[in-house]
Amino acid sequence: MAGAAFYDLEGTLVSTNLVHTLSFYARRQQGLVASFKKSAATVLSLPVFAVTDQYSRKVFNDLYFQRYKGQSEDRLRYFANELFEEVIKPAVFPGTYELIDKSRKLGLRQVVITGALDLSVKPLMEHLGITEYVTNRLEFVNGMATGRLLPPVMAAATKASWIRTYTERENISLSDSYAYTDSMSDLPMLSIVGHPAVINPDMRLRQTALHHDWPILNLK
Amino acid sequence: MALQLRRKTHESVIYIDRDSAPRIMPSGEDFILEDLPIGTRVLYPNASIKGLPNREAAIRYALNHPLGCDPLFAQLEPGMRVTVAVDDISLPLPPMATPDIRQTILEIVLDMLAGHGVDDVHIIIANSLHRKMTEWEMKRMVGPKIFSEYYPDRYYNHDAEWADGLIKIGETRHKEPLVLNRRCAESDLLIYVNINFVPMDGGHKSVAVGLCDYESLRMHHDPQTIRDSDSYMDPARSELNHKVIKLGKIVDEHLNVFHIETAINNRMYGADMDFLLRNEDDFNAFDRMKFEAMRYTMSKLPRAARRKLLHSRPAQYEMTACHAGKTELVHEKIVAKGFEQYAIPVRGQCDILITGIPDISPYNVYSILNPLLVQVMALGYHFNFYRNKPLLKKGGVLILHHPCYDEFDHQFHPSYIEFFNRLLPETRDAFTLREKYEREFANNPSYVEMYRRGNAYHGAHPFFMWYWGENGRQHVGHVIAAGAENAHVPAILGWERADNLTEAIAMARSYVGNSAEITMLHQPMIGIADME
Repeated sequence: MAGAAFYDLEGTLVSTNLVHTLSFYARRQQGLVASFKKSAATVLSLPVFAVTDQYSRKVFNDLYFQRYKGQSEDRLRYFANELFEEVIKPAVFPGTYELIDKSRKLGLRQVVITGALDLSVKPLMEHLGITEYVTNRLEFVNGMATGRLLPPVMAAATKASWIRTYTERENISLSDSYAYTDSMSDLPMLSIVGHPAVINPDMRLRQTALHHDWPILNLK
Repeated sequence: MALQLRRKTHESVIYIDRDSAPRIMPSGEDFILEDLPIGTRVLYPNASIKGLPNREAAIRYALNHPLGCDPLFAQLEPGMRVTVAVDDISLPLPPMATPDIRQTILEIVLDMLAGHGVDDVHIIIANSLHRKMTEWEMKRMVGPKIFSEYYPDRYYNHDAEWADGLIKIGETRHKEPLVLNRRCAESDLLIYVNINFVPMDGGHKSVAVGLCDYESLRMHHDPQTIRDSDSYMDPARSELNHKVIKLGKIVDEHLNVFHIETAINNRMYGADMDFLLRNEDDFNAFDRMKFEAMRYTMSKLPRAARRKLLHSRPAQYEMTACHAGKTELVHEKIVAKGFEQYAIPVRGQCDILITGIPDISPYNVYSILNPLLVQVMALGYHFNFYRNKPLLKKGGVLILHHPCYDEFDHQFHPSYIEFFNRLLPETRDAFTLREKYEREFANNPSYVEMYRRGNAYHGAHPFFMWYWGENGRQHVGHVIAAGAENAHVPAILGWERADNLTEAIAMARSYVGNSAEITMLHQPMIGIADME
């Protein structure tokens, strides 16, 4: 039975996080005043994001994606390539390419599971040559974002659940699969595969990895 | 037989008598005192050969009077491409006091290169699949001047997983590939700087092993080769050495190698701790006071602090010889010098071999001696320190003294953890492990990245550590881990455990009889039992 490599994205394969994407869009509002107001609001939200991320990824997502409320789908899609070229591509860790390449040579299916938005992730996936990925998706009504996510919301246990379903469907062995993440919230995902590893972890995840004897990678 | 055995053969061979003092034994980060049974033979390291008074002069002489080739200066031309490869931190042990011999040689060689208009010079650490040396270690090894001038662009570790940095230079008639570091292979001149610590170091192993990739290495780092080596510390009877020589011939066909080898004496400790290498019967009051002070201090410290303290004591090795030129000619002279220092004439094998395992190994410098490394020191290095025939009789009992704690360094030895906890409970058969799992570990993307970008040993390295104990495992009847603080580590390794040495000896006698001949290696020691 074949295996797969499941990657978290932001902080794991690239150094950017969700806030970088939000800031990018905030700076590209219609008009200087709107851009300034949106950027200022994003900056002021940072402490709240930081605290809620430590508390619960679900609460963080609820707060974070609210910041997209009222933004037009066309606009978000229009700037996606620019976001990739200016922000995301330079942030890809040097070791990312080797890790994926080595993993691919082992015959592992390459799958990215991320809480980032589909429209910002697509160009990066094309760049990395990864065709299988699952992301979060904003809900749009009449072409405008509502600030809510369409289910399933990719975070924490949902990622693990998605992996289970995926591996059953694709006849993939979890024992022969790998998972990589930088975030403590992805602990369920790490727990269900045979070869978990953490990348550039924070203090909490590092301690957990040490406790479980998981490899700790630095792709920088 | 017993009387014959007990005849004093050499000043390094001592027999325990009624009034003998207790012996000091290392056991991990501790040193313990043990009363040994009367009649026990104890092997001590030989007295140190005096170091050369002016090592710079000796190095210059070797460079200017090489064996089998032109002097180094005569081989240099302006604009040529030169690479200097150096041994890594796995030797000598513990790391020697600065300036390291490698620093002295490099200073002389680099000065000579500059003087002859050679600017394109790289220094590469021949770490093979060992962990890459840290920045601090690299600086310590070559000194701040060379470090600041060459690091990081022209002074770096060999990378056995960097495809673009490797090149296949040939293969043996058995189709075994030899892939080497590209920069070294494509240089006009490769200068290798070696420190010969034990007889299996140096020679063709320096380039053919130190600068190769995984696929090349696994051709000779395999269980059968180790089984066929009797021992791998005896170059003439080492199958590993024979295979490496074949690869060395390929190296000599394609590369212009100027080999610089050095021999060192066995001054492992300075005046403050050199009593650890001497006969306890000869201790004066001051020696006893030093030992008690050390033991008291260590007893008050946690294990990590004891380890740190021991690792902070640099060895006081002195260079006893330096030769340069063609690899085989140079190596022959240096190995002979090494045996002059290490060989201890011994008559008669023993039934029970006792060895304390100190916190010293090539693979745990500034790190933890994990269970696999305890295994490689006991059944690998300590067992193989013989020439002609093993010190221990076939089917005899090996008693090692070590706490056998279940601790691993996550930064240096990540793949060891999985090997120990996942594979060894399934099988201890080296051939099965090699066939079933070695490539999986070698190609594990996490381990590859940790080797390349971090300071981890290669994913396949724990397998080599297991193979390294293969001839010991096949020869020894029983292994007893005395002083083991848990039951599961010895059990996973296939050993029995005992609370202390007395209990272990009693257990061993139940296997080989009460009249068993007992020999103890007085660790830490570098010494080769030269069996009659």
